[in-house]
Order: sequence, then C-alpha cells, then structure tokens
Amino acid sequence: MQYHSLAEFLNMGGYAFFVWLAYGVTFGCLAVLIITTLGQESRVLKHIANKMKREERLKQNRGSK
Amino acid sequence: MWKWLHPYADPQRAYQLSSKLLPWFSLLAISLIGIGTVWGLLFAPTDYQQGDSYRIIFIHVPAASMSMAAYMAMASAAFVGIVWQIKSADWMAAAIAPIGAVITFIALFTGAAWGKPMWGTWWVWDARLTSELVLLFLYLGVIALYASFEDKVLAARAAGILAIVGVINIPIIKYSVEWWSSLHQGSTIKITEKSAMPDSMLYPLLINILGFGLMIGALSLVRFKAEILARNSMRPWVRELAQAKGVK
Repeated sequence: MQYHSLAEFLNMGGYAFFVWLAYGVTFGCLAVLIITTLGQESRVLKHIANKMKREERLKQNRGSK
Repeated sequence: MWKWLHPYADPQRAYQLSSKLLPWFSLLAISLIGIGTVWGLLFAPTDYQQGDSYRIIFIHVPAASMSMAAYMAMASAAFVGIVWQIKSADWMAAAIAPIGAVITFIALFTGAAWGKPMWGTWWVWDARLTSELVLLFLYLGVIALYASFEDKVLAARAAGILAIVGVINIPIIKYSVEWWSSLHQGSTIKITEKSAMPDSMLYPLLINILGFGLMIGALSLVRFKAEILARNSMRPWVRELAQAKGVK
C-alpha cells in the first residue's frame, strides 16, 4: 500500500483533480456504454413482438371482412 | 482446416455461441479491470518523475491500445463480410464500432487529463494525438454509414469499405512517436526487449490491458446478439424468442 491515509490517497500527490477526472470520465463513459448495450437486446425483442402483434391484428381484421 | 468455423456463420449458431461465451468474457473482464485498477491506484509505486499523476497510465494505455485492437477486429470482420459475403461478420463489425468509439474517446480524454499536468497543455496538434483523433472520426464514420441505409446489406458494404480503408491509420498511430517528433512519449511496453518500467507498475498495466480487451469482447458479444436478432426478425427462432421475452 502506497498511502498511509484516505486523505493522502485522495490527494494523489497533488494531482487529485487530473487523476480523478480521468478515472471518473473513464468509468462514467463505460457505465453509460454498458447500460445502453445491455438494454439493446430487450429493445429489439420488444420491437419484434410489437410488429408481430400488429401483423396478427391485421390478419384478424382481414379475416372478419 | 477451417471448415469447423463455417456453421458459426449461421445466425442462430452465432447467437447461441455468443450467449455461451458472454459470461466468461464478462466475469474475466470485471475481475481483471478490478484487480488492475486497485493495484495501479493503491499498490503500484509512485513515479519518481511524474509523481502520482502517472497513475492515469493504468486506464490511458489500455484504452489507447485497445482502441486500435478493436479497430483491427472491426476491419477484419468487415473484410470477411465483404469478401466471403458472411452477414454475421458484417453484424460483428457493426457491433464493435460504437464500443471502439467510446474507448477511443476515453483514450483521448485521459490523455488530455494527463497532458495538462505533465506537458502544461490539454491538447497539441502533433502526430500521435491527431492520428488518434482521426481514429475516433473513422469509428464515427463507420457508425454513421451503417445507420444511414435502410438496406443493411448495402449499409454494411459501405461501412465496411470505410473501415478497411481506415486501417491505414493504425500503423500511423502506432509509429507516429517514432516517425515524427512528438510531445508524446515512446512506448513503455516492449515485446522484444525489456520494458522501460518496473514489474510493480507493469503487471497492473498488463492486467488492465487484458481486462479492457475482454470487456470490449464482452460488450461486442452483447451488441452482436442484439444485431443478429434485429436483422433476422422474420426467422421463426427469433419470433419465438420475441414472443417469450418481448411481450410485456
């Protein structure tokens, strides 16, 4: 362990702003990327399911005429 | 010799294989990035010249090197897609592009946050930085082209050609620090000789590089799976899946 206290660690030898800016933006960007990526598959499936429902309704309408 | 690969060009097989590989990639990526980052921030020694500001290296170098590796993966997939007309390869290329763009942005941003305290400037228009910025635009171009066409076969061909032509930028980024004088330092990790870095700094760096690579792999698999479903929405197996999971 390079640091003796939490304050010393957070201070990053005086470079706190730059180090935490870099790490913050990196993990922030990755979090957004991961969340949007994980939602993609269910969005696609929902879209397909809605399309199928529409087709089903169309078929029924045609059948009743 | 490579015949065993052929069945995996089939969308359903590719989807199933991706689902099988995904947990391994994710688990390894999370643990490696966790270990590498904690090691780099807490346990690696302070640099005698740059103090603690150098700790940005543990995300900057993995992001920068993997931004190029991801580009090569995307361009290879695009090449396979164009030459052998394998649609799965096109979808893989389309899946990698947005991930590569984010990783390239991270490389540029962390570089700027490191450049400010060490060089006294956020940005200079020198060869290394400019060529990496061009890489970001190449990724954005591929994403935009793929999104511009309703017909995704045509879209993949257009985006694929851009991706393949853009490969010329990769050696330019790699050797920019040797070909032109630059504020950017030369490479620290050397494959053929001893690295210019003690092991206590090198190991967390290598772990994070591997972790970033696996993370890009995991995210690519997730986007690849979604892309397969979107492009095969008329297939019975996709419709079954949509019926089971998409109706809510």
